[in-house]
Amino acid sequence: MTRIFAYIVHRGGIVDDSAAELFAAARKIDASGLPTAIVTGCGADLDAACNSLTSSFREIWKVSHEALTYPNAELVRQALVNILPANSILLVSHDHFGIDLSPGLSIKLGSSFVSDVLAIDGLEGDSLKLGRQEFGGQVSTHVHCDISSGAVINVRPGAFKPEQSAPITGLVVDKSSTVGALTARRRYLETIVAEAGDVDITKHTVLVSIGRGIQEKENVSLAEELAEALGAAVSCSRPVVDAKWMEKSRQVGSSGKTVKPKVYLACGISGAFQHLAGVKGNPFLIAINKNPKAPIFQVADVGIVDDVLEFLPELTNKVREMRGVAAK
Amino acid sequence: MEILVCARRVPDTSENEISLNAAGNDIERDELVYSVNEADNYAVEEALQIRDRVGGNVTVATIGGEDDEEILRRELAMGANQAVLISDDAFSGSDGKGVATILKDFVRKGRYDLILTGVQADDGAAQVGGMLAAMLDYPFASLVNSIALEDGKLKVSREIEGGNREINEIDLPCVLSIQTGINEPRYVGMRGIRQVASAPIPTLGASDLGVDQGAVGEAAARVKRVDYFVPALSKGAEMLDGSREENADKVLELVAAKGGLK
Repeated sequence: MTRIFAYIVHRGGIVDDSAAELFAAARKIDASGLPTAIVTGCGADLDAACNSLTSSFREIWKVSHEALTYPNAELVRQALVNILPANSILLVSHDHFGIDLSPGLSIKLGSSFVSDVLAIDGLEGDSLKLGRQEFGGQVSTHVHCDISSGAVINVRPGAFKPEQSAPITGLVVDKSSTVGALTARRRYLETIVAEAGDVDITKHTVLVSIGRGIQEKENVSLAEELAEALGAAVSCSRPVVDAKWMEKSRQVGSSGKTVKPKVYLACGISGAFQHLAGVKGNPFLIAINKNPKAPIFQVADVGIVDDVLEFLPELTNKVREMRGVAAK
Repeated sequence: MEILVCARRVPDTSENEISLNAAGNDIERDELVYSVNEADNYAVEEALQIRDRVGGNVTVATIGGEDDEEILRRELAMGANQAVLISDDAFSGSDGKGVATILKDFVRKGRYDLILTGVQADDGAAQVGGMLAAMLDYPFASLVNSIALEDGKLKVSREIEGGNREINEIDLPCVLSIQTGINEPRYVGMRGIRQVASAPIPTLGASDLGVDQGAVGEAAARVKRVDYFVPALSKGAEMLDGSREENADKVLELVAAKGGLK
């Protein structure tokens, strides 16, 4: 059996939630074996991260190097090329780091690469059967990946539910001496923390969240009027920020804010996984979208196929009527 | 600065309901509206802005067939200096690595300081830029949402979690994958596209580029999409099918019931 590794991301000694998901994904490839964790970094943070994995992973490869203190994908790639045994399968979370690392790593390893995997149907000989989505989640595909020369598999965050398994006592193995020389032609300088906006969308019970379906900047006021009537705030998905219709601080998603409202009104939002990754706490999700095939309807509690430009004013009027305020 | 942008023509998911064809082996492509991949268009705009600041040329290349020429015309109309169609029957069925291999051979035929791709296309793989960089042994940064040029070095910002930005310095030549929202792509009207209607667009094939045909195309692909399907709805939403007014009443009732009215 091909050896399976999981690259574990950690921050300040705390391992990312994806560690347990990668473990679960590895078990879908080989139910009889246990994956090996690989953790890179330096100092006490690295030790803390490694130690926190010993209750689930049987073996944790610790890779310590001063140059790996910050996870620069170029340097991590060089280290992994030197450390990984030939023809291994490496699982990586498909986040901003996995997107940075894995495609190039697969080339340097001479292995196959599959991106953003959300289902694993098992291994038949050298063929790994995987599930993906295309066209913003509107259709799914089965993918066969030849792993005879190894593979790097990027796993969608949240797609694999962590397993409940009995705790074990894993072993931390220091692989630092095999890192080799690291040379950076891309150098990390600093992280700029997102600016706080005028409204803190993470503090609201109800969010009127708008997507591409709002069509024009002028139409944002339709959502603002509804939000005002409800006592809610307006948030949005990525295309609205890309088009400069709303500030970045209003964006919900993996590259924006994580929100935990009680009610989430998704208005003209298709439901890309990067957006849904920012909606936590299992809110009551009402989706309005004119495309009946929009992926948002698969996760919503209630769905309406309608044009948000027509539906939002109608709903606003209803709220105002109920509150006894004369409709404008 | 000599800049290459790799772009693709894709079905516009904001304009289309994607459905399966009768055979279930592809999406139904007959009625689709195609356009340049959104992130690629931002990459072209970024290239044009850099060129306008420091001089040089912007070349836009795409791998495809005759139909794909329309996006090259569009990018010429935006202001690209030249466009190249990379086309050969031997390329069809290539996986991400195959596509990166073709682009690698194309890049080696020229001399580029900076190579831009969109972060991802319709298959959501976000893979070709990073693969291309590794094949060329150039440094790479993904999810780039701003580029500054200082003393012959690039300072790039990457989009990371929570709206934070990671600032890196990167040596040239390099490959960057561009995130949407990095700029405001200029508008191109029909008039602009007509003005470049007769601009020559060279077509280069496998032999022109010296592509090893054993490394591209369907036979070389180690990652293969075997079908398209629409997954059975797990739970799915309860769909409201009343009139607009009835639906609004129902939504209001639900919002109130869930504690959403202050």
